[in-house]
Amino acid sequence: MSAEAATLQKPLGLLAELTHRCPLGCPYCSNPVELESRTGELDTATWARVFREAAQLGVLQVHLSGGEPGARRDLVEITKAARDAGLYSNLITSGVGINTDRLRELADAGLDHVQVSIQDSEPVSADTIAGYEGAFERKRTLAKDTVQLGLPLTVNMVVHRANIERVEEMIELALGFGASRVEIAHAQYYGWALRNRDALMPTRKQAERAAEKLVPLRERYRGQIVIDAVAPDYHARYPKACVGGWGRRSLNVTPSGRVLPCHAAETLPLEFWNVREHSLAEIWGRSPAFQAFRGTGWMQEPCKSCSRREQDFGGCRCQAFALTGDAAAADPVCHLSPHHHLIEALSGGQGAGEYVYRRMNTSTSAR
Amino acid sequence: MNDPAPQFLSPNAKPAFAPGVRLANSEAHGGWVLLAPERVLKTDSISYEILKRCNGVNSISSIVNDLATTFDAPREKIFADVSALFVQLASKRMVNIT
Repeated sequence: MSAEAATLQKPLGLLAELTHRCPLGCPYCSNPVELESRTGELDTATWARVFREAAQLGVLQVHLSGGEPGARRDLVEITKAARDAGLYSNLITSGVGINTDRLRELADAGLDHVQVSIQDSEPVSADTIAGYEGAFERKRTLAKDTVQLGLPLTVNMVVHRANIERVEEMIELALGFGASRVEIAHAQYYGWALRNRDALMPTRKQAERAAEKLVPLRERYRGQIVIDAVAPDYHARYPKACVGGWGRRSLNVTPSGRVLPCHAAETLPLEFWNVREHSLAEIWGRSPAFQAFRGTGWMQEPCKSCSRREQDFGGCRCQAFALTGDAAAADPVCHLSPHHHLIEALSGGQGAGEYVYRRMNTSTSAR
Repeated sequence: MNDPAPQFLSPNAKPAFAPGVRLANSEAHGGWVLLAPERVLKTDSISYEILKRCNGVNSISSIVNDLATTFDAPREKIFADVSALFVQLASKRMVNIT
């Protein structure tokens, strides 16, 4: 494969981070450690334009996320704008901040799907992880309301040391909530999770046991609930095909309008364009950040000659940069990476420490 | 009561899209796509013709008969295509069979 320009694909999904404001403090939050304030957030009309441009570009699904999207007073208008643009809309919520009436308004506006995060199958532990007392009960209410409104529900459970022994209970909880889909997502170490890695990382044995448990559970619940798993990255042999390949399938718009190839990309020394200054098509096709790691031309060994290079695309650029200082290096999760020993040293799950809860810096927060 | 994950379909079974699943025409992709939670399926001409007849009212046999007449094709072949598609979508909870 030569270094010629990679073929431009059409994106299928857009993650719309409507706000970074959130009542919860989950220590594994994927938002950047430097959270954006309310004053810099895009307005309703700009989001509506972004959705129209996204649909023209090929995007089929928009994920209304945050932070907690319910913190936006114009969430119903934003949801309607997504529907008007012809997009399938998925609300990704903490469940705190969206009451029954508002959820009904969202359904009426054309919302297609709700995904709620649950921190643990044990309510007390769940509230401790979220850093918010009573969060679990409010999530239960939102789940019930979702099902009663006839909307499909996904329960997302982020797995880490404090709850990894309970994957079976988590799936049963999701079934009890009436979910048609559950995500068992091992924590990915970016943003706040990277800061909390020592306190979150399970042992290799725990990660393996959790994966083994899923096999019979998938069979048992086939046709009742779809179980999707996000593998424990640090305990894998090959890296994940991060975001399905850089600038290939999805894009992410931050609360202030910066467009990223993935939600953690701002940790890389790249130039990001903003929807306030450029159309989404320009950004997707020509912006430096999207061009940087598209295709395979940027690769070095061992990726460059690897038979898996168009399967996993060298893994995650943000992880490569965070751990090796070189964003074009192979993801050190790969056992072929010369830096793989770094992952081995970090993946023991023997670390200690308390959570640093995700909070807005009060000097920049508008709340 | 739904059979959650049938292996084969009775001719009287009635498939319906699960909540949150819908067909949409995408100009950008030049055709019909089936949209579902975290899933997108691009349809080909055969699957589109099958799926556009999926409404919770039409039975498998009426869908097969309709297609056999419309496209002047053998019923057995069409039944196999229709059945395989709905079994696959039911196992992904994208279609409910009643």
